Amino acid sequence: MINPEMHLIENIHKAKGIPSRNGYGHGLVKLGEKNKDIVALCCDLTDSTRVGWFREKFPERFIEVGVAEQNMISIAAGMSSEGKIPFVSSYAVFSPGRNWDQIRVSVCYSQENVKIQGAHAGISVGPDGATHQALEDIAITRCIPNLIVLVPCDAVEGEKATIKAGELKGPVYLRFGREKVPTITTEKTPFEIGKAEVYRKGKDVTIVACGIMVFEALVAAEELNKEGIEATVINNHTIKPIDRETLVMAAKETKAVVTAEEHQIQGGMGSAVAEVLSEEFPVPIKFVGIQNRFGESGEPEELLEKFGCTSKNIIKAVKEVLENKK
Amino acid sequence: MEKITDLKELKLKANEIRKDIIEMLTEAKSGHSAGSIGMADIFTVLYFNTMKYNSKKPEWNERDRLILSHGHVVPVRYAAMSKAGFFPKEELKTLRKLGTRLQGHPHNLALPGIENTAGPLGQGISFAAGVALTAKMNKKDFKVFCLMGDGEINEGQPWEAFMFAAKNKLDNLIVLIDRNFIQIDGNTEQVMPLDPLNKKFESFNFHVIELNGNNIQELLDGFEKAKTLKDKPVCIIANTVPGKDISFMEGKAEWHGKAPNLEEKEKALIELNKLEEKIKGE
Repeated sequence: MINPEMHLIENIHKAKGIPSRNGYGHGLVKLGEKNKDIVALCCDLTDSTRVGWFREKFPERFIEVGVAEQNMISIAAGMSSEGKIPFVSSYAVFSPGRNWDQIRVSVCYSQENVKIQGAHAGISVGPDGATHQALEDIAITRCIPNLIVLVPCDAVEGEKATIKAGELKGPVYLRFGREKVPTITTEKTPFEIGKAEVYRKGKDVTIVACGIMVFEALVAAEELNKEGIEATVINNHTIKPIDRETLVMAAKETKAVVTAEEHQIQGGMGSAVAEVLSEEFPVPIKFVGIQNRFGESGEPEELLEKFGCTSKNIIKAVKEVLENKK
Repeated sequence: MEKITDLKELKLKANEIRKDIIEMLTEAKSGHSAGSIGMADIFTVLYFNTMKYNSKKPEWNERDRLILSHGHVVPVRYAAMSKAGFFPKEELKTLRKLGTRLQGHPHNLALPGIENTAGPLGQGISFAAGVALTAKMNKKDFKVFCLMGDGEINEGQPWEAFMFAAKNKLDNLIVLIDRNFIQIDGNTEQVMPLDPLNKKFESFNFHVIELNGNNIQELLDGFEKAKTLKDKPVCIIANTVPGKDISFMEGKAEWHGKAPNLEEKEKALIELNKLEEKIKGE
């Protein structure tokens, strides 16, 4: 059953659709009000990344870099070395997509206090097609030492993640999508970096999800419940540092795990979960996500269905993993 | 810091720095000789005349910032820093060895006085632009010196940074290009032609100063002039001879990424000692 301590909205099917990146925009403005060292940099994508809301309020602390993602990261590192807290915004395919070396050396190895927003991540970007659908960003960020990797599930959590990222010292990558997603969490829903949250408790299987797949996992759990299968649902918003304790505890309780993410299976959140469980408490696992291929143009819902990122795919994976559990 | 104005004294410092580089690279058995040796005069002028800093308080907020963008020539910086009192000379022997603060390529967290991490080319200039912009925002009047290799600007990122610096009128940023015409695969003009480099910088809205980067007087004058220029960032194109003052190294691309062996070390030191006597006799 839904964990009441999580204070999710009462009926997830009536959730209001808001893009998670809106949470970034609101969070950044709130941070800017509290701390004058917060600065924002952007690569010619100010409105769609929602950093435009910060620009409106604090034009003197907004830096337009033009279409130059590598430059943006190293400039931010320089500003951090002088005490600023730079938030750098672009689409995930470009940042961290084309400035990985700068993120690795100028920011992470140097431990500069830079926060990186990757917007428009995932297959649900839609009609822009494969070039603009970041499906590898979790894999290429989570392997870099010192970098925290966060994937908020909705706009409310996106705002909390942005604020928490700004309050801690050190590099953070924040992943957001383009489309409206059901806003299932509330102000009261707990959010702590490094702490996965159990949104639903069940005894048969654990579904570990992040981003838009958290909603899909909750829908899948409801459907499974009708068939007598009780699923635990974990919102694993912090890919790094991963919450080993919560994952191992859930694996021990349910002895079967399905992971779900809008990202390549190779190297993604599911891989991170498997790294933990294979060492500490091996159980059968199935991975829901993009199967080693590039996206294409289409409507977001069409793409999510074609590329296997829906509650139906989770239900199928649960049934398969339960077979393996026997 | 001690500010040295006597030309002979500065020349002797540069000569000592060259000797230290030879010693440390031989001990390390790897590293970048030619570029480091070629920049000894530039580092001498920066650390012993041009820059304001306090080697006992490397974090002093009013210091001039020295951003090294082509990190592979860091031996010359370590040699100059140790002479300037940042750390004991003995430590130069630890270059590139396990546990050292003197990493093969500079790391900001390893050694106080190192402003930035560098290695992958082209990042330091963007970093420097970020520092210079922040200085403007914070109304600080220190200068930001960014040293770059000429081969380094084959990369695209520096040109992004140059545009950004000009857009923001970062006249507190002084970029120096070590124009030594060599890179790993050979002559820069064969690998990827850069000339006319002065015109490129002019068209990118920089003040441009060209000088002989192995001539101490020209360097002193060039940096002083650069400090006074307004409204645009400054580019100093410093023509240098890679491996300067060591006959078998001068102008040789093969010495870009190689360290001297024991025999070569002795040969180089004999030449540098002779030069020292000559400078003293001037």
